[in-house]
Amino acid sequence: MAKYLLLKHYRGGPTAPGFEPMDRWSPEEITAHIRYMDEFADRLRENGEFVGEQALAPDGLWVRYDGEGRPPVTDGPFAETKDLIAGFMVIDVDGPERAIELAGELSAAPGKDGKPIHEWLEVRPLYGEPSLVSE
Amino acid sequence: MTAPVDEAVLRGLVPGVLGVLVRRGADFAAAEDAVQEALVEALRTWPAEPPRDPKGWLVAVAWRRFLDATRSEAARRRREERVEEEPAPGPVPEVDDTLHLYFLCAHPALSPSSAVALTLRAVGGLTTRQIAEAYLVPEATMAQRISRAKRTIAGARLDRPGDVGTVLRVLYLVFNEGYSGDVDLVAEAIRLTRQLLTVTDHPEVAGLLALMLLHAARRPARTAPDGSLVPLAQQDRSRWDTAAITEGVQLLQTALSRDRLGEYQAQAAIAALHADARTAAETDWVQVVGWYDELVALTGNPVARLNRAVAVGEADGPRAGLAALADLDPGLPRYAAVAAHLHERDGDPATAARLYADAARAATNRAERDHLVRQAARLNAQLT
Repeated sequence: MAKYLLLKHYRGGPTAPGFEPMDRWSPEEITAHIRYMDEFADRLRENGEFVGEQALAPDGLWVRYDGEGRPPVTDGPFAETKDLIAGFMVIDVDGPERAIELAGELSAAPGKDGKPIHEWLEVRPLYGEPSLVSE
Repeated sequence: MTAPVDEAVLRGLVPGVLGVLVRRGADFAAAEDAVQEALVEALRTWPAEPPRDPKGWLVAVAWRRFLDATRSEAARRRREERVEEEPAPGPVPEVDDTLHLYFLCAHPALSPSSAVALTLRAVGGLTTRQIAEAYLVPEATMAQRISRAKRTIAGARLDRPGDVGTVLRVLYLVFNEGYSGDVDLVAEAIRLTRQLLTVTDHPEVAGLLALMLLHAARRPARTAPDGSLVPLAQQDRSRWDTAAITEGVQLLQTALSRDRLGEYQAQAAIAALHADARTAAETDWVQVVGWYDELVALTGNPVARLNRAVAVGEADGPRAGLAALADLDPGLPRYAAVAAHLHERDGDPATAARLYADAARAATNRAERDHLVRQAARLNAQLT
């Protein structure tokens, strides 16, 4: 019983073999891709493994504190930012093997010519609670 | 007039009510749904109208819900023109089915998380919403997990005893891997293990209950007001729950006297030795090592070997502890934390600081990570 974050990156991860950007796919291929993602989430809901998912807009600002009485400083967006997160899904599964298995399935979403996109997904464990029995 | 419902009493009735429905011929999955509905209804209506016979009320409402569901299901089937002949109800044993419910909900075909969810609902009488909140998942997800679990064990007989070890593992998971939310899973695990002990006479059940009580007794002392973890050696032992310790020790002694040692009794014996020591310095580490030897012989569990190395370090000095560590896989959870502790005691703060930082990166929860980072920071501050 552990929660994992499956992170999808716009960029920042290694490039998938045979990578084609989405804007070079046909509209039908895009539809098929989105349907696959929706069905994947539905399957997890039916399994009792789904916790949540969100997609993120690519545009964002960097913000930091700039001292007492001053408004926060904003910067960006930076076109060159290396790591850009596209979205995430949180799952609750029995262990890391299952998290990896599911990430593998998600990465098989169809893309150009209906072939799996082989996209790299980042799998990150969420912190749990300290166990009571520790010695 | 409204009176608060004593939820623990209400939930204690659930296994019995479920047993009545199943003996009347309802299949387990449908009966369990009906009992859950009756339970939700009870939580809603009892504060204003407490029943005179709570169990009778639950049986009546659950049975009615079961019949309603069966009728609408039968009607649906007739519409679909595929009426199948219902199997004849099996023999009706006049026994308490509680024990069999535990076995069914811990069925080996279920994944650990499914077995935990089903046990908390069918045996523990928690609502799906409470279980979902306890494990921080959406209610719909938990509902699906439970109904899938019930499909997995459909056809499994309710009257077949299983291996009590599978049940104990599920209860141990509830106890040890819960979140600290509104539902107190620690208390619930203790209640369910206590109830199990009333229907089965197995020394390992008593051993697990003792283990739970002895560890739960330390709960008031294991977190500081700011939420940070307080390690065993630094806990204010006057804040330990002495009633829980007394009960745990008595249970353990009775269990051990039956001479059927198992892993939970051995773990409880270790916890009891800590409970016995008025201060950390008074801990009988030689005996603790002896019990770890028993535990390792019983289970071969590498985590037990790791904890044994800590005890050896206390009993025979840090060099002996490091030697005990030498045969173990450095990839084990908490290996770096144990190594850091032993190196610090061995007078090597630089190695200890580096290992504490490694251990912090490998921690699986925030409280432990924060604790380990502080240890590394404390040593680094001394080194500069």
